[in-house]
Amino acid sequence: MSENNRLGVFKTYKLYVGGKFPRSESGRVYEVADSKGQWLANAPKSSRKDARDAVVAARKAFGGWSGATAYNRGQVLYRVAEMLEGRKEQFVREVAASEGLSKSKAAAVVDAAIDRWVWYAGWTDKIGQIAGGANPVAGPFFNLSTPEPTGVVAVLAPRKSSLLGLVSVIAPVIATGNTAVVIASADAPLPALSLGEVLATSDVPGGVVNILTGVTAEIAAPLAAHQDVNAIDLTGADAELAKELEIAAADNLKRVRRPQPVDADGSSDSEDWQASPGTDRLTAFLETKTVWHPTGALGAAGSSY
Amino acid sequence: MPTTAPAFADATASDSALRRFLFGLPGVDAVGLEARAASLGTRSIKTTAKAYAIDLAISMIDLTTLEGADTPGKVRALAAKAVNPDPTDRTTPRTAAVCVYPDMASTAAAALAGSGVRVASVATAFPAGRAALDVKLADVRDAVAAGADEIDMVIDRGAFLSGRFLKVYEEILAVKAECGPARLKVIFETGELSTYDNIRRASWIGMLAGADFIKTSTGKVATNATPANTLLMLEAVRDFRAATGVQIGVKPAGGIRTTKDAVKFLVLVNETAGEDWLDPHWFRFGASSLLNDLLMQRQKLSTGRYSGPDYVTVD
Repeated sequence: MSENNRLGVFKTYKLYVGGKFPRSESGRVYEVADSKGQWLANAPKSSRKDARDAVVAARKAFGGWSGATAYNRGQVLYRVAEMLEGRKEQFVREVAASEGLSKSKAAAVVDAAIDRWVWYAGWTDKIGQIAGGANPVAGPFFNLSTPEPTGVVAVLAPRKSSLLGLVSVIAPVIATGNTAVVIASADAPLPALSLGEVLATSDVPGGVVNILTGVTAEIAAPLAAHQDVNAIDLTGADAELAKELEIAAADNLKRVRRPQPVDADGSSDSEDWQASPGTDRLTAFLETKTVWHPTGALGAAGSSY
Repeated sequence: MPTTAPAFADATASDSALRRFLFGLPGVDAVGLEARAASLGTRSIKTTAKAYAIDLAISMIDLTTLEGADTPGKVRALAAKAVNPDPTDRTTPRTAAVCVYPDMASTAAAALAGSGVRVASVATAFPAGRAALDVKLADVRDAVAAGADEIDMVIDRGAFLSGRFLKVYEEILAVKAECGPARLKVIFETGELSTYDNIRRASWIGMLAGADFIKTSTGKVATNATPANTLLMLEAVRDFRAATGVQIGVKPAGGIRTTKDAVKFLVLVNETAGEDWLDPHWFRFGASSLLNDLLMQRQKLSTGRYSGPDYVTVD
């Protein structure tokens, strides 16, 4: 059979929840088009029950992931970058189609995404020194502050930047020991679903990252109101949706990271993801635990600290 | 005084008569049984029916703690939870009973006095049942004296599996005689009986011997309550009532952890034994973590948002 006669094998894009690749519980899919409106693939259209299952998976994974040593988390995240590197071509193709970029520009974006992942992998065992430390207090105490992961974080991925933006919001959340339920960009979900496959073949435990696709507002609303979600990153929400979700999130005092408006409509769609991100996103989902420990009777011990 | 139902008086006259009777029961179609249980598990129960099922399931729970590490404090905490499962919502029904080891029965009885929640105590050298009959009967007497309203006994699986059916039968009779006013639940440990035919035979031995409840398992072995073995036992109590007019309860125990599972069991009850069994007097769940999941689902129905484990008590 000649090469031209070969029947193409289409890919069924599936969700990534709890380390597995389920279809949406609802059985729904929606059509994903490239930047010119040409059909690319069908993606699962998640329902609120998929969101519920993802939270259960993320909660289950939290103990092990947050309890792992920071060094170990760094190694695991670096492994993700290694896997990304090996599937670069696929991501270049998907990013080019989703964002309407030329092949060379898309390749640069994918390179930046891999580098971003490595950059955050390096932060896992350093953020503790930056965000915590010994506090000077006026008394015979050691006073130590240490940053701890918040818990399950719902992440609304950026709407435009389908891979670099996505990596830039997921990596900081899990680097510090949180687990994430990610709602991928509704218009460009394919790189996110492929990232799920990369995570599944690296050493990231199932449930640490869960990726949902579909209508953002439909999935985000139950997550924002969910009593077992500890924080929400509203990067991919427009001003109106962000307000609505923030109100719902206040019910159990979730940590909320609002979109940083850079556009006229209050959204952060044209945020420059190539720029160096700083530690803002790392510290956004940390809680500071402070411990007071008596130093003992200094005079009697004859020592000074 | 417990007596064998008249319709089956002959069946228990001797070891060989009982064996003939038990082997004369129709064989179980294992594939058909599992397919039937699985197909009944696909029913979609939503909105008001779901709310009814959740409340019913809560009221059917024997809230259980059977650990070597049980303390009086833990039993009291569990009793408080049984009486008032969700302190944020007083309309939540209380559970049917609290199930403990015999030495904790008096603690549970004191904590539950006047609440309407019953005290169930396991007995007869639970969970293995490997003790002399005198010891088992003393265990039962002790539990009843400590205030247990219900006794959960285990059958002698060793005797059953080696074919000494009359010994199993007589042991249940003896335990029933010690129970006095307490209701007797007979645990077969279905996971150790190997075949569905054996589960059917054990069910009939239990029912002939005057059990008030037949119960799947102890929760201490790998295979506990499954939809299939519970369906089989529901068929047995249905057939027994048709033959004798005597109604007997069923209690699946162990491994039922989610609301979805519990609702599936309720569908089995309704479709097999019938509505008469949809009552805490005739059907129970032996469970501990199930209650929290039911409460979270209940909160979801009443508030519209998903709840989490931070909003129910840890037991």
